[in-house]
Amino acid sequence: MAAQLQFRDVTLGYDRHPAVHHLDGEVAPGALLAIVGPNGAGKSTLFRGIVGILKPLAGTILTGGLDIRDIAYLPQTVDIDRSFPISVFDFVGTGLWRQVGFFGGIGKEAREGVAQALAAVGLSGFENRTIGTLSGGQMQRMLFARVLLQDARLIVLDEPFNAVDAKTSADLLALIKRWHSEKRTVLAALHDMDLVRVNFPETLLLARGEVAWGVTGEVLTVENLMEARRMCEAFDDSAAACAVDDAASKAA
Amino acid sequence: MIYDALIAPFIEFEFMRRALAAAIALSLGGAPIGVFLMLRRMSLVGDAMAHAILPGAAIGFLLSGLNLFAMTVGGLIAGFTVAILAGVVARTTDLKEDASLATFYLASLALGVTIVSIKGTNIDLLHILFGNILAMDDPTLLVVAFNATITLVVLAVIYRPLVIESVDPVFLRTVSRAGAPAHLAFLALVVVNLVNGFQALGTLLAVGLMILPAGIARFWSRDITGMICIAVVSAIASGYLGLVLSFQTRVPSGPAIILVATVLYVGSVLFGNVRGVIRQLFPGRHLEA
Repeated sequence: MAAQLQFRDVTLGYDRHPAVHHLDGEVAPGALLAIVGPNGAGKSTLFRGIVGILKPLAGTILTGGLDIRDIAYLPQTVDIDRSFPISVFDFVGTGLWRQVGFFGGIGKEAREGVAQALAAVGLSGFENRTIGTLSGGQMQRMLFARVLLQDARLIVLDEPFNAVDAKTSADLLALIKRWHSEKRTVLAALHDMDLVRVNFPETLLLARGEVAWGVTGEVLTVENLMEARRMCEAFDDSAAACAVDDAASKAA
Repeated sequence: MIYDALIAPFIEFEFMRRALAAAIALSLGGAPIGVFLMLRRMSLVGDAMAHAILPGAAIGFLLSGLNLFAMTVGGLIAGFTVAILAGVVARTTDLKEDASLATFYLASLALGVTIVSIKGTNIDLLHILFGNILAMDDPTLLVVAFNATITLVVLAVIYRPLVIESVDPVFLRTVSRAGAPAHLAFLALVVVNLVNGFQALGTLLAVGLMILPAGIARFWSRDITGMICIAVVSAIASGYLGLVLSFQTRVPSGPAIILVATVLYVGSVLFGNVRGVIRQLFPGRHLEA
């Protein structure tokens, strides 16, 4: 089966400084993959690369022919203007963009879809509230509802359980499992190792480059985690150009 | 008499009817744009753009005198140039849109005033800076109505991406490439409406009929559709009452319209039911849940 996601010697970064360095690998369709690593390991950067809002400095990311609208992305620091006067219903409804686009009508079926998505995240009755009135956990539930509506083949969640309580995490985790059972590919950046061990079959331990990638139990060992911490050295302002490419071109 | 004060001027004088028609057209096009400017925290950007169109209008003036068509075309060209340059600079460098616009508009204002003074008199300068809604001829009125119509059509086309881009720009970038074109189209609409208002209210006050009604609307509605409706209605009311005030008191028409809008604005700040001052001072007892 063709891979859903392929990284071919991917380097992603800002101002030529790599945040993800020479990453290779594949994610199978329907995988439930946790991405784990210290702060600054490049998890968010990798996600920005996958969804196409950050262009790789080198290498390629292949998404198995998925259109950008087939990818749902939940960023970590959501850049949402919470003072904007939009109702929860309308906000979640933006997840229907792929179906309705600029002019498509929002018919009875679409309205029911929105209502079901809100019910699935436990926000029934919040339809007419403006988004500014939601608590942090409710906000996260609302964003999950939108991901639900996006009906995407590939779902990318950047630290989805940050700053939410246990009940909310449990509810949202149930949704992630539901997506997994629907054969969608789900990637999630996480910090809670216990949660990863219990719920995610596959893990990528990232520290700018790959430390380990495979079955969760084999990846999350004490040695690997120590190694990851060691590899996450600070961004060096006066770093020289990366030598790997030079070596490769000389060899060729 | 109420009839004499409020209705008779418009029945007796054609220039008053034209002025009222122009005010209504400007309100229909400009107020919704103002609401988006406010919600996108670009109110001062609108103000800056108003100055940016000046050199273009001034060149039109230099070439063909006080010909409103030439000045409109010149203003549009100058406004688009500045809007697009500022947008491109903001999107490709770390400079934010407001900072890059500030640079462009200061340069434009200096250039514009210089160009007008090369040929014109101080009266011309006053006319350009403050407009004259009482001097609307047929072609001008048609241009104003046409621009308002275009505005509403384009706004309908870009409405969804514009709303999504305002509330959650990253999301729009991940589902669609419409964000940047919608933003540029919106900036273009800002320019069109400023040039439009410029003939009636002048470069300095044109933005007033866009921003003040938007500010008023914020105090009366919590959702964007309601805000747009209220903004349009309050803009039209300001136009009408401003004309009446100007007719009765000899206050110049442009400032009269903006002053009426200001009074409505102050009233809304005080008495508005969405976080107005009085409402916050006397909120009533807290609720049970």
